[in-house]
Amino acid sequence: MPSPTSNEPIIRFDRVNKSFGDLNVLNGLSFDIAPAERVTLIGPSGSGKTTILRLLMTLEHITPVKHPEENGGVMWVEGEPFSHMDKGGKLVVANERHLRQARQKIGMVFQQFNLFPNMTVMRNVTEAQVHTLKRSKDEAAAKAKELLDLVGLSDKVDNYPSQLSGGQQQRVAIARALAMDPDILLLDEVTSALDPELVADVLGVLRDVASSTNITMLIVTHEMGFARDVSDRIMMFDKGVIVEEGAPEAMFGDPREERTQDFLRAVRSE
Amino acid sequence: MDFQAVIDSLPRYAEPLLVTIQVTVASAALALLVAFALGLMTSSKHLVVRTPARVVVEFFRGSSVVVQLFWFAIAMPVILGIQFDYAIAAAIIALALNYGSYSSEVVRSAIASVPKGQLEACTALNFTPIQRMRLVILPQAWPEMIPSLCSFAIMLLKASALVSLISVTDITRMATLIGGQGGGVNQLPHLALILVIYFVLAWLIWNGMRALERKAKRGVGIDAKLPKNRAIDAPAAAAGGGGAA
Ligand SMILES: Nc1ncnc2c1ncn2[C@@H]1O[C@H](COP(=O)(O)OP(=O)(O)OP(=O)(O)O)[C@@H](O)[C@H]1O
Ligand SMILES: [Mg+2]
Repeated sequence: MPSPTSNEPIIRFDRVNKSFGDLNVLNGLSFDIAPAERVTLIGPSGSGKTTILRLLMTLEHITPVKHPEENGGVMWVEGEPFSHMDKGGKLVVANERHLRQARQKIGMVFQQFNLFPNMTVMRNVTEAQVHTLKRSKDEAAAKAKELLDLVGLSDKVDNYPSQLSGGQQQRVAIARALAMDPDILLLDEVTSALDPELVADVLGVLRDVASSTNITMLIVTHEMGFARDVSDRIMMFDKGVIVEEGAPEAMFGDPREERTQDFLRAVRSE
Repeated sequence: MDFQAVIDSLPRYAEPLLVTIQVTVASAALALLVAFALGLMTSSKHLVVRTPARVVVEFFRGSSVVVQLFWFAIAMPVILGIQFDYAIAAAIIALALNYGSYSSEVVRSAIASVPKGQLEACTALNFTPIQRMRLVILPQAWPEMIPSLCSFAIMLLKASALVSLISVTDITRMATLIGGQGGGVNQLPHLALILVIYFVLAWLIWNGMRALERKAKRGVGIDAKLPKNRAIDAPAAAAGGGGAA
């Protein structure tokens, strides 16, 4: 599997299965993501992009296979089993305690922002720092101010989410995720719910985050210009398998697979 | 009909009025506790927590409140050997369990109505289930509960008249006691009087709840003037609408 560094992968999908009832969404999917790599997942609706991100955020759980030591069906993060845990040399499906510890490294920004409407912007960004990272109130507030400044919302700290535009809400959500110091940031169509004129601001913030940090990013987006600029690698999915992958120049400029060509043509004509 | 007699008898309503208020307030407070306890339990994903709560809720909803009142006032003292003046306490417990069971459904459905995305954000931020409930779910569910809880509080006020069946002298029992002395028709002005008293008390509850609701909605950043849940359902549409105050 090609990867830009020789480092151990930060994320490894090893023959991962995921079904919803009878529907097999991922069928033995394998890929590696290198530390600090930015990877954009593209592909038609229903190809499993969101499912991959939700598995990493532990919002969904893999469909286990027998004997994971030989047969895989395991997600690894930072060299540790993620979907599973080590029990006397055997891999068993992770329990809640393992997941709680494992997901600390991962943050997510949602399409619908999912800010807490009962909290001010400030509390949205500080509350989890205080309660789950056990930072002091002052420390959390200082971190929040710094990040709200980064996303250009230092003047909105006392507002409630309902008093902000969609673009502003999404920027708060980005600050909220970054406040947890994730090693891995998951972005699932974070501009799809926004009015067109608000998209650029949010993408601008994400470009800043990409250039000023070394957070590993998994991105699902229809903004092909943005994907080309920030990504190290594009993965084209269809029906839960990787059809084609490569550097953005190659993928957007000269895709080999017909399915990729069709998909890109369809996206561009939108 | 002798209106002067009714006016003369007004002071005699003072103590029964206190009883009515006492029973209503005490059983409402206890019912709220019961409602939250049962509502949280019936919201649990664990069957061992959910099942006993469901049984309690269905039992108290499925049997007559009058019979429950008699059980607590008459049968329980015999079984438990209680001697002191137990009738009011029995009434409060019976009403609290009955109305608490009904209201627990309000609590449960308000909790269930918190959008799934909120729970997912809690997972992404690694909140514990208790933090999730305390910091995110209950603060958002609470304003949703208030109108229905208000209706139950008013129903509870009216149901407090049932205490007259176990010889507790509230305003209803007083009206029949005084009015009854001079024959049936003399009861009418007394019944009219307590009708007005109940109405005024209900009006007070309703107004108190309205104020509470406004306060609670401000606490979740919902301006009472804006359409309900706008911030949650249509984030993008909130652009400019909420004003950049
Ligand atoms: N909770 C669920 N229950 C049942 N089926 C689901 C569930 N979540 C996803 N699916 C199905 O899994 C498949 C993959 O969905 P997924 O959301 O990962 O696709 P996607 O690539 O993100 O698509 P889109 O571009 O439309 O967002 C789809 O067929 C979808 O209907
Ligand atoms: Mg999707």
